[in-house]
Amino acid sequence: MSTPDPLGTADLLPLAVAIPLLGAAVLAVAGRRLPRPGRDALAAVWAAADVACLALLWARTAPDGRAVSWLGGWTPRGGHSVGIVLVADRLGTGLALLVAVLVLAVVCYAWRYFDEPSGEHGGVFPALLLLFEAGMCGFALTGDLFDAFVFFELMGAVAYALTGYRIEDPRPLHGALAFGLVNSAAAYLSLLGIGLLYARTGELGLAQIGAALDQRAAAGHGRDALVVVAFVLVLAGPLVKAASAPFHFWLPDAHAVAPSPVCMLLSGVMVELGVYGVARIHRVVFAGAGGLPDAVVRDTLLAAGVLTALVGAVMCWQQRHLKRMLAFSTVGHVGLFLIGAALLEPAGLTGAAVYVAGHAGAKAALFGLTGVLLDRYGSVDEHGLHGRARELRLIGLLFVLGALALAGLPPFGTGLGKAVTEEAAGHWGGWLPVVFVLVSALTGGAVLRAGLRVFGGLGAPPSEHPEVAATTGEGEEPEIREPGRRPPAPMLLVPALLLVGCLAVGVVPGVGRALAAAATAFTDRAGYLTETLGGPGGPAPAAPEAWWTASGIGLGLLSTLLAVGFATAAIRRDPRRGTGGLYRATVLPLRRLHSGLLGDYVAWLAVGLAALLIALTAQL
Amino acid sequence: MSYFPYLAAGWILLAGLYGLVTSRNLVQAVGCLAVAQSSTYVLLLAIGYRGNGATAPVFSDLPTDAPVVDPVVQALVLTDIVVGATVTALLLSLVIQLRKRHGTVDPEDLTGLRG
Repeated sequence: MSTPDPLGTADLLPLAVAIPLLGAAVLAVAGRRLPRPGRDALAAVWAAADVACLALLWARTAPDGRAVSWLGGWTPRGGHSVGIVLVADRLGTGLALLVAVLVLAVVCYAWRYFDEPSGEHGGVFPALLLLFEAGMCGFALTGDLFDAFVFFELMGAVAYALTGYRIEDPRPLHGALAFGLVNSAAAYLSLLGIGLLYARTGELGLAQIGAALDQRAAAGHGRDALVVVAFVLVLAGPLVKAASAPFHFWLPDAHAVAPSPVCMLLSGVMVELGVYGVARIHRVVFAGAGGLPDAVVRDTLLAAGVLTALVGAVMCWQQRHLKRMLAFSTVGHVGLFLIGAALLEPAGLTGAAVYVAGHAGAKAALFGLTGVLLDRYGSVDEHGLHGRARELRLIGLLFVLGALALAGLPPFGTGLGKAVTEEAAGHWGGWLPVVFVLVSALTGGAVLRAGLRVFGGLGAPPSEHPEVAATTGEGEEPEIREPGRRPPAPMLLVPALLLVGCLAVGVVPGVGRALAAAATAFTDRAGYLTETLGGPGGPAPAAPEAWWTASGIGLGLLSTLLAVGFATAAIRRDPRRGTGGLYRATVLPLRRLHSGLLGDYVAWLAVGLAALLIALTAQL
Repeated sequence: MSYFPYLAAGWILLAGLYGLVTSRNLVQAVGCLAVAQSSTYVLLLAIGYRGNGATAPVFSDLPTDAPVVDPVVQALVLTDIVVGATVTALLLSLVIQLRKRHGTVDPEDLTGLRG
């Protein structure tokens, strides 16, 4: 529905993808001639332009409405179309806006980060960041399944390159290869699933496939094996991107070695896009009469979410490499987001959306602060840095605040998200809030423990446990070549602002309310289908509450207290004490599974998908 | 239309994945990824195939009502090839850097990340 005025709402959708693409091209060309400050300013201008574009799009779409843009004017005739469509509802726009804001933050953070070679390669790093942004925004805004695959691979390929950016060390190359092989293999499986859906329906758009499956069901050709297989295959890509166990192995390897500014984007928003992809594709394509019953999908995804959350939390507690610890904490939290999305109802999705927004601020800030440590000491090892960073008081304070935010301390946005999600989850299973409290406490506790040791020098220096081959984080290449300098102002300012953003999600009532309306519109499948295919959108159902409750505050304080307790216990623990039998029986085998071998990861991909298929078929 | 092309696509996929799991050489592993990907080409072309003498959808020398195969899947395969070429080239360049600077292409020599 394009409007005649010069910049209609629908025109903003392709623009949101085109601005960073164009910016990347300009930077790649002009970066050779510009001096360093000019390049960085140019990158910041492009990133800011996309933030403005998406903020305008957010402002112009109604809380329960959608903006639809048929590219090239190939609008549907009589409900059929050969065109490609971008569809922005508030949830998709909000996620794209989060991407844009984080990219702007990262561009500013990396202002003086790399000692980038000037000349021929000047401007490559910010250009890659903008390309990454284009891929992520496109994935959030597309209404077409094949385009989702293309954007998925675009953000994937750029992310592999960014992960392996520092080729002087074998570990980034290793991490980038694990990331690339597993993610691309999963993307091709998704494409097979898209092919099967096209064979069945003759459509590629999300809404068109969903409508065609429903029509077949109405005509008496309901769900069959092909639809179930297609469901598993199509979701392979987003589930791997979301690092759902047992597809999560690539994530800690890639996040531990990628440059810190890149980690801020990977953990802050890219992984969460996987959860969004799962929710969007399931909702529009498979949630109708021709798809899979909600109960089956809910139970299966809930199981995957709980497994992911627990694996991530346990592994997070075991780490001493700070970036790897933060990466496993992302796995744990993504498991919680997946639980929220798997409830398949507005309240759970609202909680997940608030949680994602809060988590992005806290996690990106923590990665940014870890980047300062790497810059100054050439190490991100919890044991090796013991007490060495006492001089960085402000950084230490922010790090501890970030850890408490991860643990779900009210009134941080992570706390609000956790409270809303766990309340919604509690309606489905009374034991689910236990998972939320435990995962928040373990991940927050691990980061708190590391922060108190590194910045406070508390406790005795930990001893080594040679029975486990652990990733240490010693001997990292500093990413900047001026050791001992004062941390540049942006490296302090950006994490601080990100933490303020995390706080704002929790204390500004409008954020929760807007996201609740967005999540409700997201679950309104009939509205999405009619509005995409040219009909008028109906009124959305009433949005749930997304605000603090007494039980939410209580559980948030409980998980924070538990985190503090865990951290204190770990610091006060006698370093000479050995490990217990329970540890040897449960945690040690789990750690050994994280073998760093690419072949194992691909094998887990196949095993996990087979398990998913069996679990779904057994319930049908 | 026989089931043979679909079986072939499945077989190619499994061969590629098997190679990815067992490979001891990263160049070969990236090649196996490309093999796994080519199963998508076979599947998509099989989906677009139409019997009774349908030919390529190039209408410059065909009457407009001639039976042709589905052009949409051919466009998808072209896009897919571009995506695959990009990813393969990028991953191979990472392997080249690994060989140049660290002297190995065996994934089991990479032990820096585990636990």
